[in-house]
Amino acid sequence: MYEFDFSSILGALPILGHGMLVTLEITLTAIVVGIVWGTLLALARLSAIRPLAWLAAGYVNLFRAVPLVMVILWFYLIVPALLSDVLGVAAGSDIRMVSALVAFALFESAYYAEIIRAGVQSVPKGQVNAAYALGMPYSLTMRLVVLPQAFRNMLPLLLTQAIILFQDTSLVYVIGLADFFGAAYKVGDRDGRLVELVLFAGAVYFVLCFGASLLVRQLQKRFAT
Amino acid sequence: MSYSWNWAVFLSPTPSGDATYLGWLLQGLQWTLLLSLGAWVIAFFLGTLLGVLRTVPNRWLSRLAAAYVEAFRNVPLLVQLFTWYFVIPELLPRPWGDAIKQTDPLTQQFLAALLCLGCFTAARVCEQVRAGLGSLPRGQRAAGLALGLTLPQTYRYVLLPGALRLILPPLTSEFLNIFKNSAVASTIGLIELSRQSQQLVDYTAQAYEAFIAVTLMYVLINVAVMLGMRWLEHRTRIPGTIGGK
Repeated sequence: MYEFDFSSILGALPILGHGMLVTLEITLTAIVVGIVWGTLLALARLSAIRPLAWLAAGYVNLFRAVPLVMVILWFYLIVPALLSDVLGVAAGSDIRMVSALVAFALFESAYYAEIIRAGVQSVPKGQVNAAYALGMPYSLTMRLVVLPQAFRNMLPLLLTQAIILFQDTSLVYVIGLADFFGAAYKVGDRDGRLVELVLFAGAVYFVLCFGASLLVRQLQKRFAT
Repeated sequence: MSYSWNWAVFLSPTPSGDATYLGWLLQGLQWTLLLSLGAWVIAFFLGTLLGVLRTVPNRWLSRLAAAYVEAFRNVPLLVQLFTWYFVIPELLPRPWGDAIKQTDPLTQQFLAALLCLGCFTAARVCEQVRAGLGSLPRGQRAAGLALGLTLPQTYRYVLLPGALRLILPPLTSEFLNIFKNSAVASTIGLIELSRQSQQLVDYTAQAYEAFIAVTLMYVLINVAVMLGMRWLEHRTRIPGTIGGK
């Protein structure tokens, strides 16, 4: 049988901690940008201006049809080269973090846009009519009447998506960025203790995500009553 | 722009000389399809079984299925894949582990990815099946049992046919996800579609063409699956329901 030796984890805690910071940085950036850009995309998709709605639908459908691994590679291998070709700027020495941030933010926006669109559509139509009847323009109607109610309805879904996103950030492994899992893999590879480090990483993800999903469930119960 | 486009690159022979680069991409496509469809079979049957266990009147079976779902839903796919590929062969009794390590690497990668994707998606299918069974009118189970069907027969002939039809739309999106998630298998070296795109960049330096071609292939898979599932939904409609004829 295999003999476990978890001792290399203790010494590697600073590296793993730094990795977790990278993971959290990507997750939080993608959540913030994703919700802002996702809201704009959702409103564009629901707008009466046809070309705008088509553009937003095209964006959302394209990103949702392509694997996240491919999107990360696009923004690491292709887009920087394209930008430096077009703008004539030299690609920086280490663009992995920026690539990852941009890739996740743009990718998650597509998923958030769909959640937000459903949330906006769940607001009764009378609310919009009432706001217009009071003389509010579109922007005020959305900002003060529709979006606050929509966000309240979709909060559990947004948080669940955030948990999925937190797990998905481990895929920055494909561009060699040392997020939490990347750091764990490197340490395991270095010390010949891959089994322990992979299991440890899995356990940490499980505890964090399971805890977060329990909180979301609590929240959902409170909102339902 | 200094980039020189060259779409003919796909027709030029690879260094090994036995195929064209297009051949490489098609080979990658083949692995992606084989992996995803194989994993879907596992996910569908295991997920349906787990979903049924979640709803049977036995607390322990339902807890077991719930634990499975939580375990597979709260650990990233990549970590699960590395567990299947690097960890499990080490934890098996030594002769088994050695036997696995002596097989051809492609077989090891494929099996690890297949089991990983299948078990991962089964947890998601389980939740959909449970939701589907839960949304059926309560009387259906009672009617099945009152007719003298056993509990397994009630599930097989009454509850599941209704529930699976109800959850076709969410199952479609899980089915689409399995194709996208199969790209994760590139991290353990399986030469599926997204891995081939990286190989093409390494060998030909025609990065744009390679990535555009592979992205288009994923979009095509997506469209094909959606059309197929729409047809299936149409075929399995129950006359008399709102969605029916």
